[in-house]
Amino acid sequence: MSWHVATVVGARPLTGTARALTLSAPGFAGALPGQHVDLRLTAPDGYQATRAYSLARAGHDERVDLVVDEVPGGEVSPYLVHDARPGDQLEIRGPLGGYFVWHDDDPAPVLLVAGGSGVVPFLAMLRARRSAGQQPGRHAPFRLVCSVRAPGDAIEREEIDAPDPGLQARWVYTRQAPPGWPTPPGRITTADLTAPGFGPDDGTSVFVCGPTGFVEAAAGLLTGLGHPPGRVRTERFGGA
Amino acid sequence: MTTHDAPVHDRPTLDGSALAGLLSEVYAFDATLAVVRCASCGHTDVFARATVYLTAMGAVVRCATCTAVLLVVVERPDGPRVSASGAAWVQAPGG
Repeated sequence: MSWHVATVVGARPLTGTARALTLSAPGFAGALPGQHVDLRLTAPDGYQATRAYSLARAGHDERVDLVVDEVPGGEVSPYLVHDARPGDQLEIRGPLGGYFVWHDDDPAPVLLVAGGSGVVPFLAMLRARRSAGQQPGRHAPFRLVCSVRAPGDAIEREEIDAPDPGLQARWVYTRQAPPGWPTPPGRITTADLTAPGFGPDDGTSVFVCGPTGFVEAAAGLLTGLGHPPGRVRTERFGGA
Repeated sequence: MTTHDAPVHDRPTLDGSALAGLLSEVYAFDATLAVVRCASCGHTDVFARATVYLTAMGAVVRCATCTAVLLVVVERPDGPRVSASGAAWVQAPGG
Protein backbone atom coordinates (compact mmCIF):
# COMPACT_ATOMS: atom_id res chain seq x y z
CA MET A 1 0.00 0.00 0.00
CA SER A 2 1.45 3.35 -1.01
CA TRP A 3 1.97 6.53 0.97
CA HIS A 4 -0.25 9.55 0.40
CA VAL A 5 0.78 13.11 1.02
CA ALA A 6 -1.67 14.62 3.51
CA THR A 7 -2.13 18.23 4.52
CA VAL A 8 -3.26 19.40 7.94
CA VAL A 9 -6.51 21.33 7.48
CA GLY A 10 -7.82 21.50 11.05
CA ALA A 11 -6.73 21.10 14.66
CA ARG A 12 -8.80 21.24 17.85
CA PRO A 13 -7.65 20.67 21.44
CA LEU A 14 -9.70 18.03 23.27
CA THR A 15 -7.97 17.59 26.63
CA GLY A 16 -4.73 18.76 28.22
CA THR A 17 -2.81 16.18 26.19
CA ALA A 18 -5.06 15.20 23.27
CA ARG A 19 -5.83 17.00 20.06
CA ALA A 20 -8.12 16.30 17.11
CA LEU A 21 -6.42 16.66 13.74
CA THR A 22 -8.08 16.72 10.35
CA LEU A 23 -6.03 15.99 7.25
CA SER A 24 -6.83 16.36 3.60
CA ALA A 25 -5.48 13.28 1.84
CA PRO A 26 -6.13 12.98 -1.90
CA GLY A 27 -6.40 9.32 -2.90
CA PHE A 28 -7.33 8.10 0.58
CA ALA A 29 -10.66 6.22 0.52
CA GLY A 30 -12.75 3.38 1.86
CA ALA A 31 -11.97 3.41 5.58
CA LEU A 32 -14.08 1.22 7.86
CA PRO A 33 -14.84 2.05 11.53
CA GLY A 34 -11.98 0.76 13.70
CA GLN A 35 -9.27 0.90 11.05
CA HIS A 36 -6.03 2.82 11.44
CA VAL A 37 -3.43 4.59 9.37
CA ASP A 38 0.33 4.70 9.51
CA LEU A 39 1.56 8.27 9.75
CA ARG A 40 5.10 9.15 8.67
CA LEU A 41 7.12 12.25 9.42
CA THR A 42 10.37 13.05 7.64
CA ALA A 43 12.96 15.34 9.22
CA PRO A 44 15.04 17.73 7.09
CA ASP A 45 17.98 15.32 7.39
CA GLY A 46 15.89 12.47 5.98
CA TYR A 47 15.23 10.70 9.28
CA GLN A 48 11.78 9.12 9.25
CA ALA A 49 9.48 8.11 12.06
CA THR A 50 6.28 6.09 11.51
CA ARG A 51 3.47 5.59 14.00
CA ALA A 52 0.01 4.03 13.79
CA TYR A 53 -3.09 6.06 14.67
CA SER A 54 -6.71 4.97 14.77
CA LEU A 55 -9.15 6.84 12.59
CA ALA A 56 -11.71 8.80 14.61
CA ARG A 57 -14.10 8.80 11.67
CA ALA A 58 -14.59 6.37 8.81
CA GLY A 59 -16.13 6.83 5.42
CA HIS A 60 -14.98 10.38 4.72
CA ASP A 61 -12.96 9.83 1.58
CA GLU A 62 -9.89 12.01 1.10
CA ARG A 63 -10.31 13.29 4.65
CA VAL A 64 -8.61 11.78 7.68
CA ASP A 65 -9.78 12.52 11.23
CA LEU A 66 -7.38 11.56 14.00
CA VAL A 67 -7.18 12.10 17.74
CA VAL A 68 -3.61 12.14 18.99
CA ASP A 69 -2.74 11.85 22.68
CA GLU A 70 0.70 13.06 23.59
CA VAL A 71 3.27 10.53 24.74
CA PRO A 72 5.89 12.57 26.65
CA GLY A 73 9.27 12.16 25.03
CA GLY A 74 7.76 10.61 21.91
CA GLU A 75 9.13 11.32 18.44
CA VAL A 76 5.84 11.97 16.68
CA SER A 77 2.95 12.73 19.04
CA PRO A 78 4.37 15.95 20.63
CA TYR A 79 4.69 17.44 17.15
CA LEU A 80 1.14 16.45 16.24
CA VAL A 81 -0.34 17.73 19.52
CA HIS A 82 1.60 20.99 19.86
CA ASP A 83 3.24 22.02 16.61
CA ALA A 84 1.33 20.82 13.54
CA ARG A 85 -0.40 23.74 11.82
CA PRO A 86 -2.86 23.95 8.93
CA GLY A 87 -0.83 23.69 5.74
CA ASP A 88 1.77 21.34 7.22
CA GLN A 89 2.35 18.21 5.16
CA LEU A 90 3.02 14.66 6.26
CA GLU A 91 2.45 11.19 4.83
CA ILE A 92 -0.16 8.55 5.60
CA ARG A 93 -0.70 4.98 4.51
CA GLY A 94 -4.04 3.22 4.84
CA PRO A 95 -6.74 2.50 5.71
CA LEU A 96 -5.19 -0.49 7.47
CA GLY A 97 -6.32 -3.57 9.38
CA GLY A 98 -9.52 -5.54 8.76
CA TYR A 99 -9.70 -7.23 12.15
CA PHE A 100 -10.61 -4.50 14.65
CA VAL A 101 -13.57 -3.36 12.55
CA TRP A 102 -17.29 -2.92 13.11
CA HIS A 103 -19.51 -3.34 10.06
CA ASP A 104 -22.70 -1.27 9.88
CA ASP A 105 -24.68 -4.18 8.47
CA ASP A 106 -24.20 -6.14 11.70
CA PRO A 107 -27.17 -5.87 14.10
CA ALA A 108 -25.47 -7.78 16.95
CA PRO A 109 -24.96 -6.00 20.30
CA VAL A 110 -21.57 -4.33 20.65
CA LEU A 111 -19.62 -3.82 23.87
CA LEU A 112 -16.79 -1.31 23.55
CA VAL A 113 -14.21 -1.00 26.31
CA ALA A 114 -11.76 1.90 26.14
CA GLY A 115 -8.77 2.86 28.25
CA GLY A 116 -7.78 6.51 27.77
CA SER A 117 -7.31 7.43 24.13
CA GLY A 118 -8.29 3.87 23.27
CA VAL A 119 -11.70 5.45 22.74
CA VAL A 120 -10.65 6.83 19.35
CA PRO A 121 -11.57 3.83 17.15
CA PHE A 122 -14.85 3.65 19.07
CA LEU A 123 -15.64 7.25 18.11
CA ALA A 124 -15.41 6.06 14.51
CA MET A 125 -17.81 3.21 15.32
CA LEU A 126 -20.32 5.48 17.12
CA ARG A 127 -20.20 7.95 14.26
CA ALA A 128 -20.66 5.18 11.70
CA ARG A 129 -23.62 3.81 13.65
CA ARG A 130 -25.26 7.26 13.75
CA SER A 131 -24.88 7.64 10.01
CA ALA A 132 -25.79 4.05 9.10
CA GLY A 133 -29.17 5.11 7.65
CA GLN A 134 -31.19 2.01 6.80
CA GLN A 135 -28.37 -0.43 7.57
CA PRO A 136 -29.17 -3.01 10.31
CA GLY A 137 -26.28 -1.66 12.38
CA ARG A 138 -28.16 1.61 12.94
CA HIS A 139 -30.17 -0.22 15.59
CA ALA A 140 -27.38 -2.40 17.01
CA PRO A 141 -27.29 -1.97 20.80
CA PHE A 142 -24.01 -0.28 21.78
CA ARG A 143 -22.49 -0.04 25.24
CA LEU A 144 -19.34 2.02 25.58
CA VAL A 145 -17.28 1.81 28.76
CA CYS A 146 -14.61 4.50 28.99
CA SER A 147 -11.91 4.35 31.64
CA VAL A 148 -10.07 7.63 32.23
CA ARG A 149 -7.85 8.92 35.01
CA ALA A 150 -9.83 12.08 35.73
CA PRO A 151 -12.75 14.04 34.24
CA GLY A 152 -10.36 16.31 32.33
CA ASP A 153 -8.95 13.31 30.44
CA ALA A 154 -12.27 12.37 28.86
CA ILE A 155 -12.10 12.65 25.05
CA GLU A 156 -15.28 13.86 23.27
CA ARG A 157 -17.39 13.25 26.35
CA GLU A 158 -20.18 15.54 25.20
CA GLU A 159 -20.59 13.61 21.97
CA ILE A 160 -20.39 10.24 23.69
CA ASP A 161 -22.99 11.23 26.31
CA ALA A 162 -25.41 12.76 23.79
CA PRO A 163 -28.70 10.85 23.90
CA ASP A 164 -28.91 8.25 21.14
CA PRO A 165 -31.44 5.39 21.28
CA GLY A 166 -29.73 2.06 21.87
CA LEU A 167 -26.44 3.61 22.96
CA GLN A 168 -25.34 3.57 26.59
CA ALA A 169 -22.12 5.08 27.87
CA ARG A 170 -20.47 4.41 31.21
CA TRP A 171 -17.51 6.33 32.58
CA VAL A 172 -14.97 4.84 34.94
CA TYR A 173 -12.56 7.17 36.77
CA THR A 174 -9.38 5.57 38.02
CA ARG A 175 -7.76 8.44 39.97
CA GLN A 176 -10.24 11.28 40.42
CA ALA A 177 -14.01 11.24 39.94
CA PRO A 178 -16.25 14.28 39.35
CA PRO A 179 -17.85 15.82 42.46
CA GLY A 180 -20.81 13.76 43.63
CA TRP A 181 -19.92 10.74 41.49
CA PRO A 182 -21.62 7.69 43.02
CA THR A 183 -18.55 5.47 43.22
CA PRO A 184 -14.99 6.17 44.38
CA PRO A 185 -12.21 6.19 41.78
CA GLY A 186 -10.98 2.75 40.84
CA ARG A 187 -10.14 0.41 38.04
CA ILE A 188 -12.67 -1.14 35.74
CA THR A 189 -14.59 -4.06 37.23
CA THR A 190 -16.87 -6.82 36.00
CA ALA A 191 -19.82 -4.67 37.12
CA ASP A 192 -18.85 -2.07 34.51
CA LEU A 193 -18.71 -4.74 31.83
CA THR A 194 -22.01 -6.42 32.72
CA ALA A 195 -25.33 -5.14 31.41
CA PRO A 196 -28.55 -6.77 30.24
CA GLY A 197 -28.36 -7.50 26.52
CA PHE A 198 -24.56 -7.39 26.36
CA GLY A 199 -23.69 -10.78 27.83
CA PRO A 200 -21.98 -13.76 26.27
CA ASP A 201 -25.36 -15.34 25.46
CA ASP A 202 -26.53 -12.28 23.53
CA GLY A 203 -24.06 -12.79 20.68
CA THR A 204 -22.20 -9.68 21.77
CA SER A 205 -19.22 -8.47 19.78
CA VAL A 206 -16.62 -7.10 22.18
CA PHE A 207 -13.87 -4.62 21.31
CA VAL A 208 -11.18 -3.54 23.78
CA CYS A 209 -8.66 -0.78 23.04
CA GLY A 210 -6.15 0.92 25.29
CA PRO A 211 -2.70 0.59 26.81
CA THR A 212 -1.37 -2.95 26.99
CA GLY A 213 -1.96 -3.42 30.72
CA PHE A 214 -5.51 -2.11 30.50
CA VAL A 215 -6.34 -4.33 27.53
CA GLU A 216 -5.01 -7.45 29.19
CA ALA A 217 -6.89 -6.74 32.42
CA ALA A 218 -10.17 -5.95 30.65
CA ALA A 219 -9.90 -8.92 28.28
CA GLY A 220 -9.29 -11.16 31.30
CA LEU A 221 -12.43 -9.86 33.02
CA LEU A 222 -14.47 -10.34 29.84
CA THR A 223 -13.40 -13.92 29.21
CA GLY A 224 -13.96 -14.56 32.93
CA LEU A 225 -17.56 -13.40 32.40
CA GLY A 226 -17.87 -16.06 29.72
CA HIS A 227 -17.31 -14.07 26.54
CA PRO A 228 -15.65 -16.44 24.05
CA PRO A 229 -12.06 -15.31 23.40
CA GLY A 230 -12.82 -15.35 19.67
CA ARG A 231 -15.45 -12.64 20.14
CA VAL A 232 -13.21 -10.35 22.20
CA ARG A 233 -11.12 -8.26 19.80
CA THR A 234 -8.26 -6.31 21.29
CA GLU A 235 -6.03 -3.51 20.14
CA ARG A 236 -3.14 -2.46 22.36
CA PHE A 237 -0.89 0.53 22.27
CA GLY A 238 2.04 1.76 24.29
CA GLY A 239 2.45 4.97 26.20
CA ALA A 240 0.65 3.71 29.27
CA MET B 1 -4.79 1.56 18.14
CA THR B 2 -3.67 5.01 18.91
CA THR B 3 0.08 5.07 19.06
CA HIS B 4 3.21 3.47 20.39
CA ASP B 5 5.22 6.65 20.34
CA ALA B 6 7.94 5.68 22.79
CA PRO B 7 11.57 4.63 22.60
CA VAL B 8 11.92 1.19 21.12
CA HIS B 9 13.11 -0.51 24.29
CA ASP B 10 10.15 0.88 26.25
CA ARG B 11 7.50 -0.30 23.89
CA PRO B 12 5.11 -2.87 25.30
CA THR B 13 3.30 -5.64 23.54
CA LEU B 14 1.17 -4.88 20.52
CA ASP B 15 -1.29 -6.90 18.46
CA GLY B 16 -0.66 -8.23 14.97
CA SER B 17 -2.89 -5.46 13.61
CA ALA B 18 -0.12 -2.97 14.35
CA LEU B 19 1.95 -4.41 11.49
CA ALA B 20 -0.78 -4.04 8.88
CA GLY B 21 0.98 -1.19 7.09
CA LEU B 22 4.44 -2.71 7.13
CA LEU B 23 3.18 -6.08 5.90
CA SER B 24 1.21 -4.40 3.11
CA GLU B 25 4.61 -3.80 1.52
CA VAL B 26 5.16 -7.55 1.37
CA TYR B 27 1.75 -9.17 0.92
CA ALA B 28 -0.94 -8.21 -1.58
CA PHE B 29 -3.72 -9.17 0.87
CA ASP B 30 -4.54 -7.80 4.33
CA ALA B 31 -2.01 -9.87 6.25
CA THR B 32 -3.72 -9.18 9.59
CA LEU B 33 -6.67 -11.32 8.43
CA ALA B 34 -4.46 -14.11 7.10
CA VAL B 35 -4.52 -17.35 9.09
CA VAL B 36 -1.21 -18.52 10.54
CA ARG B 37 -0.42 -21.95 11.98
CA CYS B 38 2.26 -22.06 14.65
CA ALA B 39 4.95 -24.61 13.76
CA SER B 40 5.63 -25.22 17.45
CA CYS B 41 2.22 -25.85 19.01
CA GLY B 42 -0.15 -25.96 16.07
CA HIS B 43 -2.27 -23.05 17.28
CA THR B 44 -4.06 -21.62 14.25
CA ASP B 45 -5.53 -18.12 14.23
CA VAL B 46 -5.60 -14.85 12.34
CA PHE B 47 -2.39 -12.88 12.37
CA ALA B 48 -4.18 -9.93 14.06
CA ARG B 49 -4.41 -11.98 17.27
CA ALA B 50 -0.72 -12.77 17.47
CA THR B 51 1.52 -10.86 19.85
CA VAL B 52 3.99 -8.31 18.51
CA TYR B 53 7.13 -7.00 20.16
CA LEU B 54 8.94 -4.10 18.52
CA THR B 55 12.68 -4.44 18.96
CA ALA B 56 15.67 -2.57 17.65
CA MET B 57 16.16 -5.18 14.95
CA GLY B 58 12.55 -5.31 13.85
CA ALA B 59 9.14 -6.64 14.78
CA VAL B 60 8.98 -10.04 16.42
CA VAL B 61 5.61 -11.78 16.11
CA ARG B 62 4.90 -14.51 18.64
CA CYS B 63 2.20 -17.17 18.96
CA ALA B 64 -0.45 -15.96 21.41
CA THR B 65 -0.69 -19.47 22.88
CA CYS B 66 2.88 -20.81 23.25
CA THR B 67 4.90 -17.57 22.61
CA ALA B 68 7.11 -19.25 19.99
CA VAL B 69 8.34 -16.85 17.31
CA LEU B 70 6.09 -17.02 14.23
CA LEU B 71 7.55 -14.24 12.11
CA VAL B 72 10.25 -11.63 12.23
CA VAL B 73 9.86 -8.51 10.10
CA VAL B 74 12.97 -6.46 9.46
CA GLU B 75 12.83 -3.08 7.73
CA ARG B 76 15.58 -2.59 5.19
CA PRO B 77 16.34 0.24 2.80
CA ASP B 78 15.12 -1.94 -0.08
CA GLY B 79 11.88 -2.83 1.75
CA PRO B 80 10.79 -5.02 4.64
CA ARG B 81 11.93 -8.63 4.78
CA VAL B 82 9.83 -11.32 6.48
CA SER B 83 11.24 -14.45 8.04
CA ALA B 84 8.36 -16.87 8.58
CA SER B 85 10.30 -19.91 9.77
CA GLY B 86 8.04 -20.31 12.84
CA ALA B 87 4.88 -20.55 10.76
CA ALA B 88 3.86 -23.98 9.48
CA TRP B 89 1.73 -22.21 6.89
CA VAL B 90 -0.03 -18.95 6.10
CA GLN B 91 -3.38 -18.78 4.37
CA ALA B 92 -4.64 -15.64 2.63
CA PRO B 93 -7.91 -14.14 3.97
CA GLY B 94 -11.08 -15.68 2.60
CA GLY B 95 -9.13 -18.71 1.35
